Amino acid sequence: MKPSVAGSATVASTEDLELLARLRQGDELAFAELVERLYGPMLRLALVHVGNREMAEEVVQDAWVGVLRQLDRFEGRSSLRTWVLRIVGNRAKTRAVRERRTLPFSSLDGLDEPAGPAVEPERFLPPGERWAGHWSSPPRSWREVPEDRLLSRETRDEVERAVAVLPPAQQAVIVLRDVEGMTAAETCELLGLTEGNQRVLLHRARSRVRRALERYLDETQVAR
Amino acid sequence: MSDPTDQDLDCKDVVEVVTDYLEGEMAPDDRRRFDRHLALCEGCQDYLEQLRTVIRLAGRPTVEAVPPETMAGLLRAFRDWRR
Repeated sequence: MKPSVAGSATVASTEDLELLARLRQGDELAFAELVERLYGPMLRLALVHVGNREMAEEVVQDAWVGVLRQLDRFEGRSSLRTWVLRIVGNRAKTRAVRERRTLPFSSLDGLDEPAGPAVEPERFLPPGERWAGHWSSPPRSWREVPEDRLLSRETRDEVERAVAVLPPAQQAVIVLRDVEGMTAAETCELLGLTEGNQRVLLHRARSRVRRALERYLDETQVAR
Repeated sequence: MSDPTDQDLDCKDVVEVVTDYLEGEMAPDDRRRFDRHLALCEGCQDYLEQLRTVIRLAGRPTVEAVPPETMAGLLRAFRDWRR
């Protein structure tokens, strides 16, 4: 196996240790900066489990209290960020169970079901043809789409909608990986997934979102 | 271009292993086959480019703002913690 792309955030960095020293000295500015930096990822991780924003916000606040309580025991064996997120994840899970909600996220969700192909089979040449399995209807290059439209608010909203309708486990993985930019290792740890399963879910999620975006861009192109 | 052989990937395979490729989780031989296919196939180049665009568009462009009352509450908790 090749070295994983994932392993970046496994120990506390020098910056983490400096920040930690400032926190332990009671530096409010350092604390406020940390809260700002981690609020988004914390909120989205909490949402994976509790599935409603108000409850997710409560979980995040509650988790910070837990962070402060345990800060003197933080040993730097993971990055500060991963350590904080682990606390949020645990609290969110506990909260979801306590509220007796159907867990919106289970790490094995749908993994044993066949996913269907990433691309509709009719877009490839059928068996028996000389170039069987090659594109019959290849994807259009999005380089032809004007940059200001491709990167517009509307297009981003369309991607967000496509992510929002994914099955929960796929959604959780693509949100942590591509929306929040977490590493594969962090995502595996926080969601309790093996590397292989994380990758399968990421693949299914990205493939579906690509299809939705392709449909959207083709339709709006025709409409012009 | 020569006829496809058993050892070559076809486009239908490419779209299923593209995440392994992007994640850098492909065995060196598979990666070479993938690169060989990609070099000759415009459709798959465009497909890969589309996925990179999806990843770019999914990324949050701005940081989530902390509601002021939340920040105020947390700063109070921080002051109490030091006592």
